[in-house]
Amino acid sequence: MEVKQEFSTIGKRVPKLDAVDKATGRAQYIQDVKLPGMLYGKILYSKYPHAKIVKIDTSKAKKLNGVRVVLTGEDLPKIRMGVYKDNPPIKAGKVRSYRDEVAAVAATDPETAKKAIDLIEVTYESLPTIFDPIAAMEPDAPLVHENHKTNILKMPWKLHYGDVEAARQEAAHVVERRFTTTWVSHCCLGTSGAIADFDNANNLTIRTNTQIPSLAQKDFQETLTALGIENKRVRVLKPIVGGGFGSKLDTYAYEHVAILLAWKARQPVKILFDREEEFIATSTRQPTIIDIAMGCDKDGKLLFRDIQMVLDNGAYTSWGVTTPSVMMMPITSLYRVPNVRYEAKCVYTNNTYAQAMRGYGNPQATFAIESAMDMLAEAADFDRVEIRRINANQPGDETPQGFKITTCGLPECIDAVEKTLDPDKPKSEGEGIGIASLIHVGGGARIYKSDGCGTIIKLDDFGKADVFTGASDMGQGADTVLAQIVSEQLGLVVEDIHVIHNDTDICPWDVGAHASRTTFVAGNAAIGAARQIRSRILEMGAKALEVPLPELALRNRQVFVKSDPEKSIAIDKLLRKAHFSHGGTMMMADYFYDPANENMGRDFKGNMSMTYAFGTHGVRVKVDKETGKVEILDYVAAHDVGRAINPMLLDGQVHGGVMMGVGYALTEQVILDKGRNMNPDFRDYKILTAKDAVALTPIVIETDDPDGPYGAKGIGEPGCVPTAPAIANAIYDAIGVRITDLPITPERVLKAIKEKKGVDSCGIDPLTDKEQPC
Amino acid sequence: MSTEIRFILNGNEIQMQVEDHWTLLHLLREVIGLSGTKEGCGSGECGACTVIVDGQAINSCLYLAPEINDRELLTIEGLAAADGTLHPLQQSFVENGGIQCGFCSPGMIMSSKALLYENPAPTVDDIKHALAGNLCRCTGYTQIFDSVQAATEKALGDVTVVAWKNGAQK
Repeated sequence: MEVKQEFSTIGKRVPKLDAVDKATGRAQYIQDVKLPGMLYGKILYSKYPHAKIVKIDTSKAKKLNGVRVVLTGEDLPKIRMGVYKDNPPIKAGKVRSYRDEVAAVAATDPETAKKAIDLIEVTYESLPTIFDPIAAMEPDAPLVHENHKTNILKMPWKLHYGDVEAARQEAAHVVERRFTTTWVSHCCLGTSGAIADFDNANNLTIRTNTQIPSLAQKDFQETLTALGIENKRVRVLKPIVGGGFGSKLDTYAYEHVAILLAWKARQPVKILFDREEEFIATSTRQPTIIDIAMGCDKDGKLLFRDIQMVLDNGAYTSWGVTTPSVMMMPITSLYRVPNVRYEAKCVYTNNTYAQAMRGYGNPQATFAIESAMDMLAEAADFDRVEIRRINANQPGDETPQGFKITTCGLPECIDAVEKTLDPDKPKSEGEGIGIASLIHVGGGARIYKSDGCGTIIKLDDFGKADVFTGASDMGQGADTVLAQIVSEQLGLVVEDIHVIHNDTDICPWDVGAHASRTTFVAGNAAIGAARQIRSRILEMGAKALEVPLPELALRNRQVFVKSDPEKSIAIDKLLRKAHFSHGGTMMMADYFYDPANENMGRDFKGNMSMTYAFGTHGVRVKVDKETGKVEILDYVAAHDVGRAINPMLLDGQVHGGVMMGVGYALTEQVILDKGRNMNPDFRDYKILTAKDAVALTPIVIETDDPDGPYGAKGIGEPGCVPTAPAIANAIYDAIGVRITDLPITPERVLKAIKEKKGVDSCGIDPLTDKEQPC
Repeated sequence: MSTEIRFILNGNEIQMQVEDHWTLLHLLREVIGLSGTKEGCGSGECGACTVIVDGQAINSCLYLAPEINDRELLTIEGLAAADGTLHPLQQSFVENGGIQCGFCSPGMIMSSKALLYENPAPTVDDIKHALAGNLCRCTGYTQIFDSVQAATEKALGDVTVVAWKNGAQK
């Protein structure tokens, strides 16, 4: 048997570095930060979903005691936010959704700011509205952006690999269905906020909740340029972030408005969202309408997958519009499928607009794909687990999109879930089981030209290391994983490592905490920097101990001789020697790691990630046919994680991801009524509570990826990807109804039961027209 | 309108003027300057602002400041010992993955503390019930339950950390 390498900290349940600060209330979130002379900003939102702004009267607000600045869209230089550059931070001329910013104020205290907002009088002239993305594609539909000429965004989401039509003719079994998913909110417990502050030389410091310090810096720089402030510095400081999940992957109006107010006031300005504002004015997960067709041959082998999607883009464009680029991954590459066609249309409406959210489109696409897999298994009369096994990705595969599958634990994940869930266990009335799998990027994702992350490591005289990383911790534990990696490399202990990840003035560049990339990319960057210092320490150790370098190892703050561990020298002693001597040297190293993954070409082919993460979820549910309520009895989540660098934090990602996925499947929806958010609070927007926690068994499959840091792949997002289809499949197994729309509310389950019985949701039997008790 | 109040905050007697419309959360965060207690919603739905008044967990965002008069208040800042030694619950949340982004953690820990005060040996169902009003978006709750359970043994002898004035007979 191969002897496994023994690690000091890799693979250990190391507590989060900042956990003590968080447990004692010392951690400083944006909520807790106050600067001397700080003003409080507040934003006025639209009262209409689509209207001309005829007049804004700010005179009463300006006269209010304590008000320093009042801004309207007319006061702004040209600033356009988002990937499509269609979104000014304060709107001028017209509003296109209820969350449109119409004016903003800065005042000496939050109450005055709120009063001032209420004193601003806006005269609107209502315009025809459009809320249905399919209707919005009609030529005579009201235009959300007139100068865009059409509501259909000019986005390139279209691919066709192989020959779907020919494969369809060939297929022994074909299934087709429409699935829909709706808006859901990230619901970070810490609401959004920012503090903007200019110094005397017009350099900007902005404290903000962000997952993209380096890219945000660029966005803010653009706003300064628009203000005519050239060649100044932008420093982004990241307080402790109260939850991310993708919500902080773009910059938002409130951040730019804080900058504008601070510039005008020449004082620091803080904007902090309350919970209602958080629900209304932050972006959601991208909603979808998905038409899928999928076919297999008589042996159950997939022949083709054909998907058409319509995405409600809302009134403006953030990263939601690019989620099709990630949806392509499961569409082309979840299971072996030779012929694939996909087209997505993103359509402007007067609804809210979407953003990145954990999984970035993958949960939506996988809901359709994995539901259809079960339908296909039934049509072809195959066992549902077996058909997945037949089609499972294997190491060495190259998928139609050009993804090179290196390590792949999907077959093992399927086996593990089957074994743990035991599908043959007798079921009681209303019980059923379902499974669903996932593929996700696990080795970075080349979305931008770079997928890089920098790291600087600096050691002091006492054997303590400062690790400056581009990675952004937002609670997931990036800091801790990096400390483990560096301590392992340098033979130090985790307590010796201080990870700094919150200041663009001192932290190296990085593209952000997205695509489950941080452990992989920032981890490899940390290894690259640590190795340089490691070899220098070993060199010095070799000299001091008069032993050839290859015979030495680092552990427990010592350099020691492998064959004679008693012969050793303390690392801190070597460090002091390096500093305190003639011709001394700084024990510092930097490294920029950019994985060898590829940008997608115009045909969307390219090996986007260095490695791919796989997983399979299985769930046993009980459905109450009288109430439509779905109860989760058992849940198994098996993930190919490469290697568990920190099993405790890994379990935390899986538990948290699955619970977010269960909410997505069963309870969560932003209810928009003609564009207006009807449930902007935790009473009516149902995230799962402690009482809803599911009995979850996480299973870790280690495939020891050769490219991963210590073999690890990313695991931030996968937990919430296959949850909804696993549950929908279990419901079908339990009561024979296929729910195609998320969330699977009791109302939808009851409706489906009644439809199956031939009775519609109002209790009218369509065959007899005879009224029955509802 | 303002009122003169006296109360015990984390073991220290406080005497001060408060505005009648202030919430206890406002008093703590904005007036006294203890920002460990968090505001997640401001309407009693998320539990991030949980503190302990006379042994009972309450949402400080729904509690008017003058009501604290003559009562004993414990916040997250009062949980660790004077020398910085963590309370067993804090230690347990740290060691068992009960904390991710941490925004809910002070409230979670205070609700758990109130639970252990009433019920030193809770079952998982007891814990779920006690934490039903504390939302967490990161952890999926399981590691929070583990944290509370692991602290149970340690916390058994710990009810003397703060001696309640009114709630002690419960």
